[in-house]
Amino acid sequence: MRSTGEDQHKTPSFWQRIHIDLPLLLGLICLMVLGLFVVYSAGGQEITIVIKQTTRIGISLLVMLAIAQIPPLSYQKWAVPMFIIGIALLGAVLLFGHIGMGAQRWLDLGFMRFQPSEIMKLVVPIMIAWFISQYNLPASMLNIFYAFLLVLLPTLLIAKQPDLGTSLLIASSGIFVIFLAGASWKLIVTCAGLASAFAPILWTFLMKDYQKQRVLTFLNPEQDPLGAGYHIIQSKIAIGSGGLHGKGWLQGTQSQLEFLPERHTDFIFAVFSEEFGLIGVSILLFVYMLIVMRGLWIANNAQHAFTKMLAGSLTLTFFVYVFVNVGMVSGLLPVVGVPLPLVSYGGTSMVTLMAGFGIIMAVGTHRRFNA
Amino acid sequence: MIKNKRVVIRNHSAEANLFARRAFIALLGIFVLSVVLFHNIYTLEISSYQKYQTRSNSNRIKLLPVAPNRGLIYDRNGVLLAENKPVYSLEIIPEQSKNLKKTVTELSALLNISQEKQTDFFKELKSTRRFKPIELTSRLSEEQVALFSVNQHKYPGVIIDARLKRYYPFADLTTHSLGYVARINSRDAQKLNQQDKAENYAATRNIGKLGLEKYYEDILHGSIGHQEVEVNSQGRIIRTLSFNPPTPGKDLTLTLDIELQMIAKRAMAGKRGAVVAIDPRTGGVLAMYSNPSYDGNLFVHGISSKDYKKILRSTDKPLLNRAVQGYPPASTVKPFLSVLGLEDGAITPHTQVYDPGWYKLKGVDHKYRDWLSYGHGKVDLTKAIEQSCNVYFYDLAFKLGITKISEWMEKFGFGDDTGIDILEESSGILPSIGWKRARRNKSWYTGETLSVGIGQSYWSVTPLQLAQAVTILVNKGKINIPHLLAATTTQNSTEQIIHEEKAPIKIKHPINWDIVLNAMHNTVQKPHATGHPAFVDSHFDAAGKSGTAQVANKAQNTKYVASDVTENKRNNAMFIAFAPFKAPEIVVAVAIENVSKGGGGTNAGPVARQIMDQYFGDRQFSSEIRQLPKGVK
Repeated sequence: MRSTGEDQHKTPSFWQRIHIDLPLLLGLICLMVLGLFVVYSAGGQEITIVIKQTTRIGISLLVMLAIAQIPPLSYQKWAVPMFIIGIALLGAVLLFGHIGMGAQRWLDLGFMRFQPSEIMKLVVPIMIAWFISQYNLPASMLNIFYAFLLVLLPTLLIAKQPDLGTSLLIASSGIFVIFLAGASWKLIVTCAGLASAFAPILWTFLMKDYQKQRVLTFLNPEQDPLGAGYHIIQSKIAIGSGGLHGKGWLQGTQSQLEFLPERHTDFIFAVFSEEFGLIGVSILLFVYMLIVMRGLWIANNAQHAFTKMLAGSLTLTFFVYVFVNVGMVSGLLPVVGVPLPLVSYGGTSMVTLMAGFGIIMAVGTHRRFNA
Repeated sequence: MIKNKRVVIRNHSAEANLFARRAFIALLGIFVLSVVLFHNIYTLEISSYQKYQTRSNSNRIKLLPVAPNRGLIYDRNGVLLAENKPVYSLEIIPEQSKNLKKTVTELSALLNISQEKQTDFFKELKSTRRFKPIELTSRLSEEQVALFSVNQHKYPGVIIDARLKRYYPFADLTTHSLGYVARINSRDAQKLNQQDKAENYAATRNIGKLGLEKYYEDILHGSIGHQEVEVNSQGRIIRTLSFNPPTPGKDLTLTLDIELQMIAKRAMAGKRGAVVAIDPRTGGVLAMYSNPSYDGNLFVHGISSKDYKKILRSTDKPLLNRAVQGYPPASTVKPFLSVLGLEDGAITPHTQVYDPGWYKLKGVDHKYRDWLSYGHGKVDLTKAIEQSCNVYFYDLAFKLGITKISEWMEKFGFGDDTGIDILEESSGILPSIGWKRARRNKSWYTGETLSVGIGQSYWSVTPLQLAQAVTILVNKGKINIPHLLAATTTQNSTEQIIHEEKAPIKIKHPINWDIVLNAMHNTVQKPHATGHPAFVDSHFDAAGKSGTAQVANKAQNTKYVASDVTENKRNNAMFIAFAPFKAPEIVVAVAIENVSKGGGGTNAGPVARQIMDQYFGDRQFSSEIRQLPKGVK
């Protein structure tokens, strides 16, 4: 339904020339600035935390800008090598990785430490999208099967670290590609059935004790209010006591008096809810929805199956972040380590997320040259 | 249909439609999930707002109980008997101290703190939050406090904490009547719980354990106050939200006169026994002293096992409050019996009995002896009381019979609690046929009635009961319940305590009271009467009656010689007295255990005399008392 011919006659705007999608950028900046205020409040009102987070935002924006310049179709060439390197790094993490906080996620390169799983958040959708887009859509059963295997490999490697949150996000990113590629509903239902059958196996063989504890705590947090249930109970108290209007910025007693754990990272949504109430939450969720809708719109307007699936998968994965984080903080889902995207304090996930948005913007702005 | 090879020509429009459909479905899914999220948060923030609001507040708001100050206790003249004295302890807040180790070492050198306390400090440091003060040493002397205060600027984070502790400036002089407070133990806590008082005691450390401190615990304690504070998750106090001050306990003013207590202690020096003095006009107890006594202050801080053993093992049993322990009343009961005899018609004032030195029941060989072996000859009632003639009262008791005697004596409060405001009172024993049947499961013998006539047999009377009985006698039947509390005082008002009266003893011929009281007057005033020697040259007009109680039975026809029997089998000395005779203001009862020489008149009489000298004469202890430290109020 699009008239690409007309587009070509228009002079590209400044934003198009630097490959930035302005509505998306505004949405992202809106979130990150909001995040700064909440981080300031949650982080004990220390300006140094805000400065650090601002620096990260700056770096993330630069990364996004840089990635947006890369023509998205060029990823097709690099999909396989990047995937192989990624898998190798994940293997290396398990063999030589740095152990921190009970999990083996970091690879120490001497001058810096980084998490290969973060890269895989981008590489997996690229790889799956590339693989599927080589064939006509809807993808065939066999291709879907191969695609599943490709998703499963990094997912399991990351789950083994163990990093349940990231493996969940990576699995989602691959599965979204398969879904967007038109996997039949019969298959989707069958897989859902298999997944639920897989759950007991996951429970018995793959999950570590602390992960099991999280699930048990999720099912009944009040059972151990001072131990395992403490996080989620305090978080629900923070959210619930916010009410309609919230207690006001810097006035949240749950966060300011340190009853809420992980205040400026994974549980920042609880701080936000406590201080800004249901009105604030509505606005926040609305901004997230706008970003997701803009991302899907860009994906839908892309002219190549690869870019469509890539942008679509990245956008949907972004929503998974939001859903899992808000769900866990408000007691709807078990606690897995997923930050509130672009709001939580912390560097790695923000850079990766903004790199993802760089790709989406590239998809949206490079199309005339790649169509 | 599996196509597994690359296609060069693709149907872009079909693919775009497929993708658009899938994207749309995904968007729908996102909407649904967002609604789920939103609904969940709506439930938390709107539907359950009250619940979480409450839980949030209970997280951060803590009610800190604040203990009320215990009421003070004064004697009748306003001399402080129980006060609250600040006790200082040295505490360090670890996070505020720059160099903890150096600070402790230097302070220990400065204030001479033992190595043991330093070790304890570092042990406690490990398990305490950094902002909570930890005690380095307690009970600092004034000197240590001064020494530290001069150097305080060198030690940030080191503070002196003052707590109020009960202190009894007169120590052993008041312990048996005031009692003492001590640490609330598990039994006390349980009792407080049962009485729903636990909340009021949340911040209180000590509770009345004995005497008035126990009896008037509720009045002395006051009501708890609260400080509402905001705390963080570690329990650090961020700020005070509100303060609801405690209501201090009421101060007590007693009927007790500390000067009389001092005299009593002095007069009783080296003796075991008790003195009770009552104002018969009110029933107010002027003095109540049991010797030997002990220092109640020892118990306030928690008595050391060494001190406690020392008190417990003393053969003089200082813990015993002898003012409320039973003694054989001996001849002090004779005036009471006389009133009954007159009223009953068994005797008249002129009835004469011949006393050969012994009394015999018809058909029984046993001789009931008089204390005077050759007898008093012909005696009437007055002479019988003056000379304390036993034979006269053997005869009277025989004529009356045990039932009439015990019924009558019950009216004077014998064998029952007087109702004084301490809980340690013993009710003594008033023998009767029923009592003997119930307690000993034996029938009553007539011979025992004779013994009851001279206040022996099973009869056991506390000095307090004796004083109370005399009070009833001098009041001619009117009964005031003896008490120690005169008034309670708050900051704004004083309330005089009105003590209840019991129904008076009514007799048909009130003149019988006067006949007996006159005889008691003679007993003290007439030369050669048993009470006379102790009151020679007194400035006041006293009346009284002595008593000498046999502690151990002696064989027939043997003579009692004190030095022949072991100390604890020697006679007890008793004395009751009142003055002035015309309008009595003070009644005194004295009991002294196991005297080595003489009887009631010569041992207990002088003690009663000294109490009365002090009461009526120049108050010799006044100047001493004024020098004693006043309380904190």
